Amino acid sequence: MKYEYWMARIQGVPVYKKIRLRECMKSAEAIYYIEEIQLQKIRFLNENERNKIMQAQKNIGFSVEYEKMLEKSIRFVPYFSDEYPKQLREIPDFPYAIYVKGRLPGEEQKNVALIGARRCTPYGEKYAIDFARALAECGVGIISGMARGIDGMGHRGALLAGGQTYAVLGSGVDVCYPREHSGLYTDILEQGGGILSEQPPGTAPLPKNFPARNRIISGLSDAVLVLEAGEKSGSLITVDMALEQGRDVYALPGPVNSTLSYGCNRLIRQGAGLLLSPDSLIEEWNLKKTRNFCGSKKEIKNEKTLESTEKLVYSCLGLYPKDLNQLVRETKLDIKDVLEKLISLELQGLICEISKNHYIISG
Amino acid sequence: MSFSTILSAAIAGLRVEFVRVEADVSNGLPVFHMVGYLSSEVKEAGERVRTAIKNSGFDYPAKRTVINLSPATLRKKGASFDLPIAVSILASLGQISPEKIEKCLIIGELSLDGQVRKVPGILPIAMEALENGITCCIVPKENEREGRLVKGMAVIGVENLCDAVEFLQEMKGEKAGEKSETGTMEDHADDVISDFSEIKGQENVKRAAEIAVAGGHNLLMIGPPGSGKSMTAKCIAGILPPPDIRESIEITKIYSVMGLLNEDRPLIRTRPFREVHHTATRAALIGGGGIPQPGEISLAHGGVLFLDELSEFRKSVLEVLRQPLEEQKIQISRTHGNYAFPAGFMLVAAMNPCPCGYYPDMEKCTCTPVQIQNYLSRISHPFLDRIDLCVEASRIRYDDLMGEHDAESSAVIRERVCRAREIQNERYKGTDILINARLKAEDLKHYCVLGKRENNLMERAFTVMGLTARGYHRILRTARTIADMDGETNIREKHLREALGYRMVDRKYWG
Repeated sequence: MKYEYWMARIQGVPVYKKIRLRECMKSAEAIYYIEEIQLQKIRFLNENERNKIMQAQKNIGFSVEYEKMLEKSIRFVPYFSDEYPKQLREIPDFPYAIYVKGRLPGEEQKNVALIGARRCTPYGEKYAIDFARALAECGVGIISGMARGIDGMGHRGALLAGGQTYAVLGSGVDVCYPREHSGLYTDILEQGGGILSEQPPGTAPLPKNFPARNRIISGLSDAVLVLEAGEKSGSLITVDMALEQGRDVYALPGPVNSTLSYGCNRLIRQGAGLLLSPDSLIEEWNLKKTRNFCGSKKEIKNEKTLESTEKLVYSCLGLYPKDLNQLVRETKLDIKDVLEKLISLELQGLICEISKNHYIISG
Repeated sequence: MSFSTILSAAIAGLRVEFVRVEADVSNGLPVFHMVGYLSSEVKEAGERVRTAIKNSGFDYPAKRTVINLSPATLRKKGASFDLPIAVSILASLGQISPEKIEKCLIIGELSLDGQVRKVPGILPIAMEALENGITCCIVPKENEREGRLVKGMAVIGVENLCDAVEFLQEMKGEKAGEKSETGTMEDHADDVISDFSEIKGQENVKRAAEIAVAGGHNLLMIGPPGSGKSMTAKCIAGILPPPDIRESIEITKIYSVMGLLNEDRPLIRTRPFREVHHTATRAALIGGGGIPQPGEISLAHGGVLFLDELSEFRKSVLEVLRQPLEEQKIQISRTHGNYAFPAGFMLVAAMNPCPCGYYPDMEKCTCTPVQIQNYLSRISHPFLDRIDLCVEASRIRYDDLMGEHDAESSAVIRERVCRAREIQNERYKGTDILINARLKAEDLKHYCVLGKRENNLMERAFTVMGLTARGYHRILRTARTIADMDGETNIREKHLREALGYRMVDRKYWG
């Protein structure tokens, strides 16, 4: 296996040529020990690529590197391994090998990618959690990129349901990026999910690696859900790749005036599946609840128990934050009263203040 | 008689130190010596004095002159010793009889032609002198009105050296206290400041500002650029209740030392409003220098200190505000002694919620959560812990801007504020508390008694909103003020709820 690792680390040789070479030579070890004269005979390699391979042969540190990697309980899954996800084999431009911490997404279960903008609204956040949770409850694996915003919320939602979730990173699997997700990183592993990357361990989160990892996110999944995406969101790159790979794409509709839902709304117009509720998706895919949500879902009080002005204030609120002055204008109440009702609602757990004097409904 | 001595005074920090100016003119080589731990501007006085004496038409013989400023251990600074030095030389020369200058304190700067120029610190010096049994002061003409604020002190303003000598030769002037001005407390027209009626919309900010002023609470405004935070702060100056005479004198003393008084209306009858730019250094803010001078926080004593763009201030600069915010004074230590300056100000601060200023409007905000965290965490918890009210200033809308509905004027709001302050004065009579904001934790039990329902509410808020003990006290203080504004003796649920609405932003937003 360590020769496979050596093979994977060779740079400057396209993946398909590596595969072909590997198929010709039967093992990676043979390639490592190949003589120069023999290498010259291999027609599909050009001069440059031959040099790269010969150069790599001089590298003897790889076996130590490989051992070290195993010590960190990072598994190395090359293309020729049985473990290599079948779905990933099918996509164009698959990686020669992937590095895994924890588990790989199971093939017997359905896997869904949940993607969206890093900068998202509370609306996107809420539905990322809701969809991830509901799907994870049905045993669906949630795949995402562990980025800020929607990605992180998707993982969180799956974890809330006690389900498995898999993060595909643009950095090495032992590098947690963004740093504030270090809690999420350990939680994913603890709950039997996995951290994946095609970059060798220790790779820094370089911007150029991120678009490339998107093809793995969509490649590993059966369907891609887009929760919130702006006009030029990076999530749309993932969608393009998903379509190329023949995956289903669903998008969550948003208000027409929200720039952060523009990308989603356009996808729907172009024929993407419409995400209405987790239940409709579960029905569509004939899923059954396999797992009961652990932790108690907050019991939302019946609006009827609220007094009339409270109800008025509550009815003005939504998942897009509104500030105090806006509420005063809409309810035509006195500022003192509005503030009082808001606090009362907040104490009942019906709304929350996401920034000073900006409120959204919670639940 | 070739020797004479005159009483003068110096300011060290805000303290008045009496200085005896001694002159000896005797036979010998015609040299001019000055001793007594002098800074260079005092040493230069020699040249000014000699020239001024000559230009005032007095005879200055070629004799050996020695000037001593005692006590010799005190560092003397400034030009205010010019006049006493000149007078003491003239007395040594026999132009003025020594008994005439015994009971008189003299202070002033001289120009080469003998004119007497104004100097800072006349008010505290005159007050201190009176306490020490001195009843006559000779001061520069420009400082005369300021000196006359002290009841019982005969203050003689002189325009030039000749005037001073003439007065001392004849002692013709007024008797002590004859022309004291303390009685004349006419309210002069305020300088034009922004009025709340000019601010459209922003009802929550106005309300918070009113509560803050009514109880003397510190206020933090958070909002996007151009939402009128700075304008609101400037309006706050217009709703501050007028200071009483004791406070007025206290404020005037500080301004006198800094030489910032208006010549015609020396007594400060409005509370100060000091806006500090975020590049301010620690010394500028709390005071500093070899012999420390009061800084902005002392100049804001009794009034408002406004820190715009709070998060742009250097952290170390903000941290030094913690002690004054707690104790209403600042202690500056130097090797030669400690200086305490009053700093009982109300803090008004304004800042953006994130580097670009538009969070939580995700349509416009371009900041990452980390950036927002970093931005907010520039202000430390202990600092925020000392701010009672926090309010968001939202972006102004067109219909608000164009709205015809009349906003309340500052005068109306000020009246309500004064009423709330009166209630507080009444309640805290006989204690050292003046305003609700100064209530300590142990006082709260006494003055902020909650009923059963109110207690339940606070218990819920404590758990749901994750209040801290400090936060809990802040809510009680603010609720006390809101209740006072309503004219209620007891704090009710609605007061608490409103106070909760103005609580400091949650911890989760402050890294």
